Amino acid sequence: MTYIAKPKFAHPNLKPNSLGYTRRDYEGSVSTLCAGCGHDSISSAIIQAVFELEIPPHKIAKMSGIGCSSKTPDYMMGASHGFNTVHGRMPSVLTGANLANKDLVYLGISGDGDSASIGLGQFAHSVRRGVNMTYIVENNGVYGLTKGQFSATSDKGSKSKGGEINHDAGIDLVGLALQLGATFVARSFSGDKAQLVPLVKAALLHKGPAFIDCISPCVQFNNHNGSTKSYDYVREHNEAVNRMDVIVPRNPIHVDYEPGETKTVTQHDGSILSLHKLAEHYDPSDRVAALAFLSAKAALGEIVTGLLFVDPASQDLHDGLNTVDTPLNELHDKELIPGAKVLEALNASLR
Amino acid sequence: MERTSTEGPDYFHKVVDCQWACPAHTPVPEYIRLIAEGRYDDAYMVNWKSNVFPGVLGRTCDRPCEPACRRGRVDEEPVAICRLKRVAADNKDDVSGRMPPSAANSNGKRIALVGAGPASLTVARDLAPMGYELVIYDSDPRSGGMIRSQIPRFRLPESVIDEEVGYITDMGMELRLGQRVDSLKGLLDEGYDAVFVGSGAPRGRDLDIPGRKEAAANIHIGIDWLSSVSFGHIEKIGKKVIVLGGGNTAMDCCRTSRRLGGEEVKVIVRSGFAEMKASPWEKEDAIHEDIPILNFLSPKEFVHENGKLKGVIFEKNHTVTDDKGRKKVVASGEPDEFHECDDVLMAVGQENSFPWIERDIGLEFDQWDMPRVDEITFQSTRPGVFFGGDAAFGPKNIIWAVAHGHQAAISIHKHCQGQDISDRPPPMVTLASQKMGIHEWSYDNDISNEDRFRVPHLDKAISLKDVKAEVELGFDTRIGYKEAQRCFNCDVQTVFADPLCIECDACTDICPVDAITFIENGDEADLRPRLTAPALNLTQDLYVSGSLKTGRVMVKDEDVCLHCGLCAERCPTGAWDMQRFILDMATASPICTK
Repeated sequence: MTYIAKPKFAHPNLKPNSLGYTRRDYEGSVSTLCAGCGHDSISSAIIQAVFELEIPPHKIAKMSGIGCSSKTPDYMMGASHGFNTVHGRMPSVLTGANLANKDLVYLGISGDGDSASIGLGQFAHSVRRGVNMTYIVENNGVYGLTKGQFSATSDKGSKSKGGEINHDAGIDLVGLALQLGATFVARSFSGDKAQLVPLVKAALLHKGPAFIDCISPCVQFNNHNGSTKSYDYVREHNEAVNRMDVIVPRNPIHVDYEPGETKTVTQHDGSILSLHKLAEHYDPSDRVAALAFLSAKAALGEIVTGLLFVDPASQDLHDGLNTVDTPLNELHDKELIPGAKVLEALNASLR
Repeated sequence: MERTSTEGPDYFHKVVDCQWACPAHTPVPEYIRLIAEGRYDDAYMVNWKSNVFPGVLGRTCDRPCEPACRRGRVDEEPVAICRLKRVAADNKDDVSGRMPPSAANSNGKRIALVGAGPASLTVARDLAPMGYELVIYDSDPRSGGMIRSQIPRFRLPESVIDEEVGYITDMGMELRLGQRVDSLKGLLDEGYDAVFVGSGAPRGRDLDIPGRKEAAANIHIGIDWLSSVSFGHIEKIGKKVIVLGGGNTAMDCCRTSRRLGGEEVKVIVRSGFAEMKASPWEKEDAIHEDIPILNFLSPKEFVHENGKLKGVIFEKNHTVTDDKGRKKVVASGEPDEFHECDDVLMAVGQENSFPWIERDIGLEFDQWDMPRVDEITFQSTRPGVFFGGDAAFGPKNIIWAVAHGHQAAISIHKHCQGQDISDRPPPMVTLASQKMGIHEWSYDNDISNEDRFRVPHLDKAISLKDVKAEVELGFDTRIGYKEAQRCFNCDVQTVFADPLCIECDACTDICPVDAITFIENGDEADLRPRLTAPALNLTQDLYVSGSLKTGRVMVKDEDVCLHCGLCAERCPTGAWDMQRFILDMATASPICTK
């Protein structure tokens, strides 16, 4: 780990966003992860996305569980809210926080151990309930903190650093998220920020459960020959279905792809996802086709990345529960305790 | 772009902006680190090897290193390099034992040096340890040249001059002081193996305007007047003094006047305040001593009553821009201004003057009546006669004189040994990893956020009473340490090994100044604006790798790299390494640079 703080000096031409913050202002404390960890790149992509979306830091809640991935919220947005839960329990705590204050942007950061093993049930239920959140799994297919055991997302047949072959089937969190009703599903790679940053932006703007499975090589324990989550393997087998630009209504950008190759999706908040197709016939609005496509590619050993599914007319947990517009934590006695007369009237109506 | 070639001394040398800008290429970050470690003797010797007069230069250098300092591009102000040099000089112990020993035997070659200033003394220092018999001539009664005669004592105490000139003259050489050379031909006839001319630019410019002759008793040439003050011949000046000119000599004149009885001292310049040649800090010091600087005024006439100076009439100027966009100062047509005074000091430039060099001895002069001198060998058109310092290419400053002296000494040595003087010895270059542990470096890579420290000054009331009382007190060791920590250690280079890179982005993510980009290759004009932080400073190089596994290249913009080493700390494969670049300029005598 690095012992010194990142110098405060920035490039003299570094530009602030409309809030007056530079990208550097969205950083957190210096990473204590191993040098070269993919997670650090994902942190950097999240910082870039939040900076570009011009989200005030105090409007973000970073939630995580236990593991290398779950340490990373400390390395970004030092001025945001955060909660580090017990192992695998981030989805529940996030759900609770979201119910209490729906005005914050919820960013759940987890790992393959935290979400595919001990927290699998939590993950499943937060997705199926439709919690409005961005849920990022920093997926390295290995238990890095305990020196390299296979995790639940390690592919069957892949090899550990010590040479053992994994005989268990790997859990595909993307497939699971699709089945569980996530309304935004993507997969990306820590080594491809050009793809990752727009995906994070789109997910943060999405209403409902937005899930990103981000492959993040563990340089220490899972970056060898025989690993299916190494830098080299992912680069060789990466099958990106689309490239995306996120167009926020307040600062439109010009995208000049050839007509016919671009599909635009307008999200709930008015943001436009401009999808540049890379794979022919891939339609990110078709959940069933997406599942079939993913299975077919997985059988070929290919790793499908990009925006895999999005439902622009999505709803979230609050819609389902029909909660009031005011965040619950802002309701005071006046609203919550209407008084004896109202109670009497209510009781009378039930007699 | 092609993969950057770091072979040879230049690529990494350019990254060390201060060292590259220094005419003598003093290894600045190296001695600043030694100061931070409290190794003042070592810091002093690193300086002494390179610039010969650390104590003098630590007070008076024109410091071309500081505007070049990388810190000045990310922080408000650069490192106070010049004043740190003085910290080394002030706090060292006795270093006389570390000076090169006098040569045991003569090598049989005799060299004459004309002028005992910084250029000649540098030549003498480089040649003496090798057994050359050196004879130094100077018309002044003491050695040091302009260091002693023109720089006022309140900026540079005599003891510092004596010490540093002494280190050289103690090596064994013959000083013929108070002895002006009136004929180069005569000198050559004495059979010297080589002659070095380091006689400076001794003639101050005069103004031929009405009243000059009549009021001559109270109109003085600045550098001559300063020299008379230095040697104790002048101890007073009138109450009202006008200093004409906007260079550093003018600043020395006005401040000296304040100490010799001048109560109302004004500096009056032809140009605008911003265009003045004086260093900004010297202007500040003058203003601090209650000396107004009036600009856009050209002297037109010295007003006198029967030879007694009464004042000066000035024509008013303004700046106009001609059709080619060049700015020019011309008369504005406004009414003239009269300024009363008792004395005038003219510091309107100085020139070379070689009445003592015969024009028929094979030594050619150009159309400006300057000797033709080779810019690399410093040899004139007459083999065996060399020039350096202000005598070579006109007035510059001490550090240039030192740089010339080193080169001239190499030429003189080669000339005397019958070697080709155009064959120049290359600098010694080494590059060594500074890695001490996983995240440990042999240099302090934690970047200090301190602002530049101010040098404390002697109380004005005291300093204005004594022309010999040094105004600047220098940094103490505590502030010296803190200022030293502001240095980025630009000589510790970021070195990239393409084959080791796995393109994990760790370096780009951690870099505090967005200096590193992995990108599709292109030519330089195409790459520069496409980088994460567009590389708009064209004077700074791009460091480009070969093609990497994904077909991209790594491009690092050297411009504002903090040399914090975080790229190397976060690199999992050691593709980045921090390596200390040492460049030692060749000198004639290997003993002096050991």
